[in-house]
Amino acid sequence: MTSAIETMTPDTILKVEHLSMRFGGLMAINDLSLEVRRGEITALIGPNGAGKTTVFNCITGFYKPTMGMITMRQKGGKEFLLERLSDFEITKHAKVARTFQNIRLFSGLTVLENLLVAQHNKLMKASGYTVMGLIGLGSYKREAAAAIELARHWLEKADLIDRADDPAGDLPYGAQRRLEIARAMCTGPELLCLDEPAAGLNPRESLALNTLLNSIRDETGTSILLIEHDMSVVMEISDHVVVLEYGQKISDGTPDHVKNDPKVIAAYLGVEDDEVEEVIAEELDGGTP
Amino acid sequence: MSNANSPATDVAPGLMAKALREGLFAGVLAFGMFLLYVGVETYQNIDNALVWRMRWGLLAVFVAIAAVGRFLVVAFLRPSLDRRKLNKAKAGLLDVSEDKGFFHKHFLKIAMIVLVLYPPVIVSLYGVQGSLKFVDNFGIQILIYVMLAWGLNVVVGLAGLLDLGYVAFYAVGAYSYALLSDHFGLSFWVLLPMAGILAAFWGIILGFPVLRLRGDYLAIVTLAFGEIIRLVLMNWAEVTGGTAGISGVAKASIFGIWSFDVGASNNFAKAFALPMSSAYYKIFLFYVILALCLITAYVTIRLRRMPIGRAWEALREDEIACRSLGINTVTTKLTAFAIGAMFGGFAGSFFAARQGFVSPESFVFLESAVILAIVVLGGMGSLTGIAVAAVVMIGGTELLREMEFLKHVFGPDFTPELYRMLLFGLAMVVVMLFKPRGFVGSREPTAFLKERKSVSGSFTKEGHG
Amino acid sequence: MEYFIQQLLNGLTLGSIYGLVAIGYTMVYGIIGMINFAHGDIFMLGGFAALIVFLILTSFFAGIPVALALLVMLVVAMLVTSLWNWTIERVAYRPLRGSFRLAPLITAIGMSIVLSNFIQVTQGPRNKPVPPLVNDVFHFGSITVSLKQILIVIVTSVLLAAFWYIVNKTPLGRAQRATEQDRKMAALLGVDVDRTISITFVMGAALAAVAGTMYLMYYGVASFNDGFIPGVKAFTAAVLGGIGSLPGAVLGGLLIGLIESLWSAYFSIAYKDVATFAILAFVLIFKPTGILGRPEVEKV
Repeated sequence: MTSAIETMTPDTILKVEHLSMRFGGLMAINDLSLEVRRGEITALIGPNGAGKTTVFNCITGFYKPTMGMITMRQKGGKEFLLERLSDFEITKHAKVARTFQNIRLFSGLTVLENLLVAQHNKLMKASGYTVMGLIGLGSYKREAAAAIELARHWLEKADLIDRADDPAGDLPYGAQRRLEIARAMCTGPELLCLDEPAAGLNPRESLALNTLLNSIRDETGTSILLIEHDMSVVMEISDHVVVLEYGQKISDGTPDHVKNDPKVIAAYLGVEDDEVEEVIAEELDGGTP
Repeated sequence: MSNANSPATDVAPGLMAKALREGLFAGVLAFGMFLLYVGVETYQNIDNALVWRMRWGLLAVFVAIAAVGRFLVVAFLRPSLDRRKLNKAKAGLLDVSEDKGFFHKHFLKIAMIVLVLYPPVIVSLYGVQGSLKFVDNFGIQILIYVMLAWGLNVVVGLAGLLDLGYVAFYAVGAYSYALLSDHFGLSFWVLLPMAGILAAFWGIILGFPVLRLRGDYLAIVTLAFGEIIRLVLMNWAEVTGGTAGISGVAKASIFGIWSFDVGASNNFAKAFALPMSSAYYKIFLFYVILALCLITAYVTIRLRRMPIGRAWEALREDEIACRSLGINTVTTKLTAFAIGAMFGGFAGSFFAARQGFVSPESFVFLESAVILAIVVLGGMGSLTGIAVAAVVMIGGTELLREMEFLKHVFGPDFTPELYRMLLFGLAMVVVMLFKPRGFVGSREPTAFLKERKSVSGSFTKEGHG
Repeated sequence: MEYFIQQLLNGLTLGSIYGLVAIGYTMVYGIIGMINFAHGDIFMLGGFAALIVFLILTSFFAGIPVALALLVMLVVAMLVTSLWNWTIERVAYRPLRGSFRLAPLITAIGMSIVLSNFIQVTQGPRNKPVPPLVNDVFHFGSITVSLKQILIVIVTSVLLAAFWYIVNKTPLGRAQRATEQDRKMAALLGVDVDRTISITFVMGAALAAVAGTMYLMYYGVASFNDGFIPGVKAFTAAVLGGIGSLPGAVLGGLLIGLIESLWSAYFSIAYKDVATFAILAFVLIFKPTGILGRPEVEKV
């Protein structure tokens, strides 16, 4: 097990230290520490029930962790202790955006409106908290046009531009996933947290998703933390992988490192504990995995 | 419902037998249901003791209506409806036809012209005194409900927060005007905005504690708050006049230039050398409430296109997603409550100026229910639909008051007014059964890239809070 | 002290009635997630049925034993209101099941308006007084307990026990609980969901009819308007106890009854309803799902 990160280097965007989350008698996360580096795609993987979504919910403020510290460091060097902020403040101030495992779109609003809602805080300010905008003063008109342009940009990126005026609920599943990511990007995040973005996608949609995520990272410099089950996605796009099991970290490193870690293999294949020890012992003896 | 959609267009064999059977069943059921309530009349005799007598004839009418009605529905109405649906499906016609008629396209303009011309037309038709009833009972009455429903629409239709105590804000507005004009002699035009602000303030006060509540819990607490305000108004007699209420509430004036008080030197009728009539005041009030409605509509339409309005609708669709996008749902909900309450407050102060009298009687739960019903029947979020629902529901029941000719049919004891609320309730049920999403089920998007397409009601959600 | 106990007894009686009505609200809410606003009026219909049966009985059989008369009143009232609620569910609620959430709420409010106005039209707008049925009073020191009160508490307890048995120990109850948990799954497993829901409405109506009869016996008067206030209070009781929870409904009913009678006794009778509603708001603000309600987990 790797030890907790002691210092925060400038290229670290998110640092989770000694995070624990208890639901009644269940310890969903137990003393978890991990680090997300700026400009990278970090994947959080693990078998079902390993506590991945719980980690996400702690980072994005939907759960208050029982213990631990979550530090978000922005480009400018400004730091936020996420466990002290409420969910909407984390997006608004700390610039962490997220998507959900069960897609949560505003299904009765159009695709474009979904992206405009995501720019709420910026537009609120521009409209003088509604008052100025209502009487037609201030910069609201200009900002509203800019917001539509930003939305157009992300619609093109997500290949949704033809469906811009359709209700979000009318989109096929894969498009809904991409829309949710585009919507999160419209909040202008520095860290984007994706909860199983490839779940339920067909291979072609999965490929489109990879392209979208890569272009987000490369063009905007947004760091991405994602939960994923689809190993092809994980191995292909992530720069860094963290593996959870039973709320604890069992491996951490590059995709190749993780892929060959016997503990990870055991966790995924569901091998008995003593067998794992055997495998580890073999490995220590110099045997090939 | 499902067992009658036989694909054949000709009458299915056994349909008659089935219809007969169901008709008979309905008759028996109706007999059981109505035997006691319709079949037995209870009344107090000369000694004030409660006695009873049978009303076999009336009971027979009820049972017959149920049995024959059911028979006709099963034997004829339902097959013909199914056939029509089938033909439509065969012809490949969509439910929504794309080309709208002239009336549809210019609906708003036509409605505006009709509303503005309504009083002069009525006056020219029925004379000044004769116009009173039409302008007051139909015009003003309906427009008050339009305004109230549009106000509640912000809370229920846009933000998706189920408020069963909206009438409380109406009451706050009415009592604010009545009390402040009584004690401080302030004019209507000063008090109108003040009443709105006070109501908005109450909206925030009542909104704060209920923010955490969702769905039906929110509904019951808002109902409780509505009742609390009414009960306090009823029992705090030193200030509010208790059940008797406050009478002699000052009338509104035309911006202080002309007054409608009979004794005043600047009386409107005197100033223009017109015969004395209370109709002028009503006509003036008609234009005031029309203006208030237009302001409400304008503000609502503008707000929908602003971030706050979009946040309301997003809140209705998915609160958790809203929070994940950095939207402060607490302030968003509170503004919805406050704006909705403010419109209620405006309507309330107008109501007080129109009646010249306020009492807790006017602010019972039934009023909240009626306003909510108009919002839902109209189609949540749709201003046009809500206005249509207000005209149909309020206008329809007002019309019943006018049905004097029914006395010739049912005898002189017949008072159509008694049936007003009965029919209102039935209409609520029937409209919901046929149009569960209200008259206008679709929603207009607030922004578009290429073309504005309305969003079908099947995608919009109704909110959880 | 005696005064306090006296008020406690009054509150208990009233609370039993509220509890019986509250069960109807809570069951329907539990099974189809709908506030059945017309339930208060079903309670009123029950009271009227009992009143009319009473009039008919006393005019035909002048010397009929009170116990027998009460039994007949109860049975007929239960039957008639069951018919009504069954029909209402079939005609007005079932077609809207699974549609837009507010639509059934509006139909229920509409139904409530229809029922109270139906009685107003057919039976007249005036209060209907009946001569007291049960007059016996017992004295324990300075505390007075009327036979009416004892009857109400006993009938309520017996019904609650029977009811508890049905819900927890019979196949019907199991079907109800299954439907409550997951309607689609229950249907897949062979539960006749429509029938189960119908029976739930019938059971709720029967309990409301008992409450209506008790209410009539207690106050000796019936009015078309009687549905609303007791209905809202019973609903308040259901929510206070935790809507969807049967013991919660009874507990809520008793609490509301007690609050009402104690507040009237010690503070002000005029503000008793204000106290009831204020306590409801207060409880929900601190415990948003009621006293015995299961906490609603916000699934992210």
